[in-house]
Amino acid sequence: MSAPALIDAPAADGPRRWHRFSVLERIGRSTFYLLALLAIVWSFRTIEIIPEFLVDAPTQTADLFARMWPIDWKWYPKVVHPALVETLHIATLGTILAIAMAVPTALLVARNITGSIVLNNIGRFILVATRSVHAMVWALFFVAVFGPGALAGMLAIAVHSVGFTGKFLAEAIEEARPGPIEALRAAGAPPLSILIKGYWPQVKPAFLSIAVFRWDINVRESAVLGLVGGGGIGMALDSAMSNLYWDQVGLVLLVIFGVVVVTETLTTWVRSRII
Amino acid sequence: MDASAPIKSSAAEDGARTLHIRHLFKEYRAGQPVLRDVSLTIEGRGLTAIIGPSGTGKSTLVRCINRLVDPTSGEIIFRGQNLAGLRGRELRHARRRIGMVFQEYNLVERLTVIENVLCGRLGYLPVWRAWLRRFPPADIARAFDLLDAVGLSAHATQRADQLSGGQRQRVGIARALMQEPDLLLADEPTSSLDPKTSVEIMELIARRAGERDIPVIVNIHNVDLAKRYADRIIGMARGTVVFDGPPQALEHSHLIDIYGGEGWLE
Amino acid sequence: MSEFAPAPTPTRTTRRDAFPPNWPFRIGLLLLALYVVYASSILDLTWPRFLLGLEHGQRFLGRMFPPNVAPDKLKLLYDGMLESLQIAILASVAGTLISLPLGFASARNLSPAPLAWAARLIIVICRTFHPVIVAILFVKAVGFGALAGVLALTVASVGFISKLIGESIEEMSMKPVEALRATGASFLSVVVMAVMPQVLPRFIGFIAYELDSNLRNSALVGIVGGGGIGATLFTAFQRFDYDFVLTIVLTVIVLVMIGEIISGAMRKLFQ
Repeated sequence: MSAPALIDAPAADGPRRWHRFSVLERIGRSTFYLLALLAIVWSFRTIEIIPEFLVDAPTQTADLFARMWPIDWKWYPKVVHPALVETLHIATLGTILAIAMAVPTALLVARNITGSIVLNNIGRFILVATRSVHAMVWALFFVAVFGPGALAGMLAIAVHSVGFTGKFLAEAIEEARPGPIEALRAAGAPPLSILIKGYWPQVKPAFLSIAVFRWDINVRESAVLGLVGGGGIGMALDSAMSNLYWDQVGLVLLVIFGVVVVTETLTTWVRSRII
Repeated sequence: MDASAPIKSSAAEDGARTLHIRHLFKEYRAGQPVLRDVSLTIEGRGLTAIIGPSGTGKSTLVRCINRLVDPTSGEIIFRGQNLAGLRGRELRHARRRIGMVFQEYNLVERLTVIENVLCGRLGYLPVWRAWLRRFPPADIARAFDLLDAVGLSAHATQRADQLSGGQRQRVGIARALMQEPDLLLADEPTSSLDPKTSVEIMELIARRAGERDIPVIVNIHNVDLAKRYADRIIGMARGTVVFDGPPQALEHSHLIDIYGGEGWLE
Repeated sequence: MSEFAPAPTPTRTTRRDAFPPNWPFRIGLLLLALYVVYASSILDLTWPRFLLGLEHGQRFLGRMFPPNVAPDKLKLLYDGMLESLQIAILASVAGTLISLPLGFASARNLSPAPLAWAARLIIVICRTFHPVIVAILFVKAVGFGALAGVLALTVASVGFISKLIGESIEEMSMKPVEALRATGASFLSVVVMAVMPQVLPRFIGFIAYELDSNLRNSALVGIVGGGGIGATLFTAFQRFDYDFVLTIVLTVIVLVMIGEIISGAMRKLFQ
């Protein structure tokens, strides 16, 4: 049989050869790899890393953990527990407030609710802007405005979450089937009734799922806001660390670990029941 | 069949290729054997078809031979080795000599046809060659020859997921032959194909194996196809062998014994 | 109790019966409102305090505008962003190098159960702690600066990427793996020829995302001493240079958006 035209045969009677990529593809890939390598080398050479520190890092880190043991449980009831409760309240209230702000924004973004492209894009800009700035940075803002404490932390959580919740809510609203809505409209229902009786039943599972998922994320986030003055367990961590009470630091870390594992298990379970 | 024939490890090629299965048991769950005491000797030539109802252990039997399934007990003697007892490198070396064709082709969808065929040589090559796709020129030439043989050379650089079912199975056959096997296993090679393609695939397996004089064990649903291409038919039911003989000897009474009932034969 | 009746009697049909009041929902809303009031009192969130804050906020916003673009500030911004970029690149490289073997080890369809569970435990630990907490620990261990940032983001990347890698390996088809095992291929050859072709396109996506999120998070770890633009931002806050803060935040937003575009293009290049 003769060699098919697809394969480059060096000579009519020579063995057929085969390469994985065409010349152009190979050049493209090699260029990409070279650029990636250059970026890595450049980062390594210019970044201010003291080699001795890098070599020392494992020992130092191990030493840090060694100092946390044994953990100081006595400290839990007096300081850690109230801080933990405060963190949970910050996360929950923040999520509620975020949803209260995200619902109108999502309605603004959803094209099947708001017809105007200008309004859609204004809504979308709000979502992107709130999401791009980290909760920690929002907390810095709100601490500067309202002073340190739970209020700043709660607002930081709320504002940062608007982007996330609003984005997914808007998607859920846009995915709603038009059938029931058209039926309601044909029956002459006012706009608010269409929202409540037409969209809400369809969006409800997604809405609850998004809320629960965001709450889970917010519990993690709110645990660190205290480091910049946003209240909650992060403040306990901050004070323990500035006092160099490592056994207390260990306790706080363990509590955070436990809470995160519990909320994740809880939310996974709740979400599996909703969907 | 004489299941207790002595093994001639230094016999002629045919003798070495003879497959002895002795007292093979397989339980996926304790107390529920899928294979109950299967003993067979399959000569080193010709096409042996295994027929039987679904869930009777045909597939398990074939997969025990190349150890994709680990038997619970029993012996599988091939080329002077007990395959049932092999591990690691020894097992890999034994598998190199046994080609396999699968019901759902089991190709790597995102690789090209030629790469899929070259996969048949992986047992012989160091990893870096596979990683960089630097296959020896001799292997590449052979892969093209095999694609000629299965009629797919025009598709060599296409991705496997662009092929039809029949074409994919041809690639699967080429991959198995690429191993230069001493035994070819085929697990329901036609069950996912239309009737016409099924015949073509069976024809291809029988012809290409015949040319190379490789023994073939095909496990197949279609009794007509089995009768048409097999030199020997083994009927299985309830995890044991209930018929063993040439296709001409297979009669209605045997089929009733194998599949149960008889309304379907009308 | 009429709302729980299977069907209202035809004579009493009113318009409201078409949509009976949803009592569980109303009670839920009431409980939510009660919780909000209760939690607000616990957190000492009071109206006067909020109003006072708004007053502050006005002055605050006044001091933010216009953004500060003085040359010396831009130099600081440039240096900080460059360091953030380097931190993100190094953390992504280290994170990927660790995540690949760890992700493979955590996939239950390829690795033996004890190894898979050990790998999963490591991943859960890496994932549970917020990058900021990890950064603080590393700052205490290796001192202020970029190294702590790189290490913290590496841990965060490992927790995130190895989980995704493990999941995508578990989701792949085992059929080609079985076929290649049957040819006598070694484990590594099976990985190269049957596993990688199936999962590599998704891995590229993960790495692009990793770079993206590391760039974003490098602003975060800097706040607690991990170097990069976060350090510049935190200093600006402490010095009340709110106009420079705005410059930094806007730059970060723009860069994150550019990063999203680049990572999208990278995904297309590798399909």
